[in-house]
Amino acid sequence: MPDDRTVLRTEADIVVARQIGRAMAVQLGFSPGDATLIATAISELARNVVQYARQGEVLFTTVSIGGQQGISVTVTDEGPGIDDVAAALQDGFSTSGRLGLGLPGVRRLMDELAIDSKPGHGTTVKVKKWKR
Amino acid sequence: MEVPILKQGPYLIATVQAALTDADLLGLRDALVDRIGQARSRGVIVDVTALDVLDSFATRTLRDLAHMIRLRGAETVIVGIQPEVAFAMAQFGLTLEGITTTLDLEEGLAYLDESLKAKRIG
Repeated sequence: MPDDRTVLRTEADIVVARQIGRAMAVQLGFSPGDATLIATAISELARNVVQYARQGEVLFTTVSIGGQQGISVTVTDEGPGIDDVAAALQDGFSTSGRLGLGLPGVRRLMDELAIDSKPGHGTTVKVKKWKR
Repeated sequence: MEVPILKQGPYLIATVQAALTDADLLGLRDALVDRIGQARSRGVIVDVTALDVLDSFATRTLRDLAHMIRLRGAETVIVGIQPEVAFAMAQFGLTLEGITTTLDLEEGLAYLDESLKAKRIG
């Protein structure tokens, strides 16, 4: 399946991003339940970009290891970055919003989550989910 | 996309028909809080059957909506949360605590009828 990418600039782009992710997950054979988990995770990550970084991009790719297939979603922005990544992964952490960045929740929805962030240079969050 | 709001007796029914942006959700909240005054409604039903994602923003907005409607003297029922959506919300840790939810529109209307009757008697 070919890679796909979409730009994040407006609130409407959040909806587009999660719809692309869901469609790709369904095409890969994920269950409707897992496709919903993936779409919800994308929605959260995309909103962080639109809210805090104003602009970014989502890259959707298929991944496979030893016959196991999955979806990988990489959300990149050049926003303010996250000062304390470890803290941002703890429940209840927030710098400005009441609910924080939702990263602990996203981690529970997906199988893998990796963050690369440098204050002042933006953030990349990569999440993966494997087919069961 | 704007959500149509129908008046049915003492209730307002908002049926979400397609994916909503954050602005659409806030628009729905404000429209309902406004309309219950004009229509002197006693209850509000928000039908989310068509929504395939309820993320943290949507959940928080529905919570705020229900809170604001209560402050205006009416009750809110969220109806039609799909099983996959309920699963994702539970995994994520999103709650609609203190807010009435029912399986579908029919159950939602029955709940409001009972609630209104109890208030009249009580």
